[in-house]
Amino acid sequence: MLEVKGLSKSFGGFRAVSDVDLAVAEGEIAAVIGPNGAGKSTLFNLITGHLQPTAGRVLVDGRDITGVAPYRICGMGMGRSFQRTNIFPRLTVLENVQAAFLIHRGQGPNFWSRSERLYRADCEALLASIGLAGQARTTAGTLSYGNQKQLELGIALASDPKILLLDEPTAGMSASETHESIALLERIARQRGLTLLFTEHDMAVVFSIAQKIAVLHQGRIIAHGDPATVRADAEVRRVYLGDH
Amino acid sequence: MKTNDLASRIPWTLVVFLVALVVPWLGSRYNTFLATQIAISGLFAVSLNLLLGTTGLVSFGHVAYFGIGAYVCGILMKTYAMPFSIALPAAALGAAFASLVFGFFCVRLTRIYFAMLSLAFSQIIWAIAYKWNDVTGGDQGLPDVPYPDLDWMNSIPLLGDLRIAGQFYVVTLVVVGLSLAAMRRIINSPFGRMLTTIRENAERASAIGVDVRRYELAAFVVAGGFAGIAGALFGIFSRGVFSDYVFWPKSAEVMIMTILGGIDHFWGPVVGAATLVLLNQETTSYTEYWSFVLGTILLVLLFAFPGGIVGGLSAGFAWLRRKRRGAAGPETGSAEVATVEVKRA
Ligand SMILES: Nc1ncnc2c1ncn2[C@@H]1O[C@H](COP(=O)(O)OP(=O)(O)OP(=O)(O)O)[C@@H](O)[C@H]1O
Ligand SMILES: [Mg+2]
Repeated sequence: MLEVKGLSKSFGGFRAVSDVDLAVAEGEIAAVIGPNGAGKSTLFNLITGHLQPTAGRVLVDGRDITGVAPYRICGMGMGRSFQRTNIFPRLTVLENVQAAFLIHRGQGPNFWSRSERLYRADCEALLASIGLAGQARTTAGTLSYGNQKQLELGIALASDPKILLLDEPTAGMSASETHESIALLERIARQRGLTLLFTEHDMAVVFSIAQKIAVLHQGRIIAHGDPATVRADAEVRRVYLGDH
Repeated sequence: MKTNDLASRIPWTLVVFLVALVVPWLGSRYNTFLATQIAISGLFAVSLNLLLGTTGLVSFGHVAYFGIGAYVCGILMKTYAMPFSIALPAAALGAAFASLVFGFFCVRLTRIYFAMLSLAFSQIIWAIAYKWNDVTGGDQGLPDVPYPDLDWMNSIPLLGDLRIAGQFYVVTLVVVGLSLAAMRRIINSPFGRMLTTIRENAERASAIGVDVRRYELAAFVVAGGFAGIAGALFGIFSRGVFSDYVFWPKSAEVMIMTILGGIDHFWGPVVGAATLVLLNQETTSYTEYWSFVLGTILLVLLFAFPGGIVGGLSAGFAWLRRKRRGAAGPETGSAEVATVEVKRA
């Protein structure tokens, strides 16, 4: 489904991502882990077109999408969330997801209909599924941090993606929020048959839901495979997991 | 932006329009003059706010499209004796086309560079207007732009009683009213929502599939077209088109109107335009230090009400409502909405 081949990115002389190979099968839940500065976010930005790779290719369903602009990539069925929460803060929660529905369904150039009423039912159903039904009219920027993360997930889901890339979906959440949102994420992924690729620092989360894990260290993949293999890997234990 | 249900059900555009329509029958030429100026400046400011408040683009060169509209309409009506019904749309199209060409380059740059390039283009337009004697009249300008042929109004009761300036005011008000209604519709449309997502967060907008540059360019063209309409009206209103209509201080002036009134509210720029026009008239009759007064007002306003006049007012109303509700007992849902409003303002 998603395939990354020899992907590299240099900032000046610094190689943030270096010759990365990665494959995620349809319907799989995969994680990229690694210490701070390993290059995880950079890798995601390369995949979604927010950064241009120095070398390498990104394929979705065998189609080469390397260097394609982010707004096009979204239309090809790839949604994402960002590490630093990325919503439309002064719009309401409903308007946030509605915007994604509108553009995804080709309404963007429509300059004459009233947007307020369009896809209302879909928006409300989506908000209900991510647990924000009661906050539809709240200004998004005033939501709690955890809820903003949920909203960002909702925005990504509104584009009906086949692949979802989530950069630290639970960063900054409390333990209980983390627990809830991971359960939610897993449920949604199963329901929609989503292919999920995420990064996460919370190892409990990673090992509880990931079917496949790749470990990134200084821009390179140093190990990959199912959770048991990765957990047992000597180098991974040395550079990252320690005594977890 | 969203007030309570009652307020949002009143067709404000229509109310303001009807109130403003009465002005020429009150008899004062001076008031009609001021009202015309306010209507035109209001349209100009709202068109700028489509960039500033809706899309989050700071254009320092918006006057270029105002000026192009003024020249296109003035030249067609004076030099080629074309009717207003052709000259006005031509002015809008001419200004929109120029916005398309210049905007194409501007949207490729970000923030401060966008602002600078838009300013640079407007200065180019000014230089052309100033130098191209044969067409624009150069530094002499284009005096004696005729009024549209409004003889048909003379046979209509009430309208027939007005002088030509009063009749032109009615025409202006209709054109401005329709333009504002159209812009309001655009802002509330799906297209308008895309523009607000760009203002809020361009990175996220592109990640949901918005081609940011293309939408910015579209906004630039629409704003330019409406600025062109305002310019066309202004040229006729002031009985001539001169190169200082395209000079950069005009861009600053409309920017001040917009911010003074409040960029977060559709009517903010109109209120700002009215305030500035009236203040300008009042203070220039008392003092020659108009710009000093203006600067002081702006400073006070920006510190006291960062949301402009309308922003400050709506925050005040929200506060009052909340107080009243607080006295009547807590009402969770609406209190939340009120807080939100303060934040927006
Ligand atoms: N635009 C940039 N210019 C220069 N260096 C960059 C840029 N973006 C990232 N880097 C560098 O690349 C390296 C990888 O950064 P990245 O954000 O991808 O790490 P990460 O694995 O996501 O880390 P974290 O766990 O802290 O989010 C870091 O050393 C960072 O400083
Ligand atoms: Mg990161």
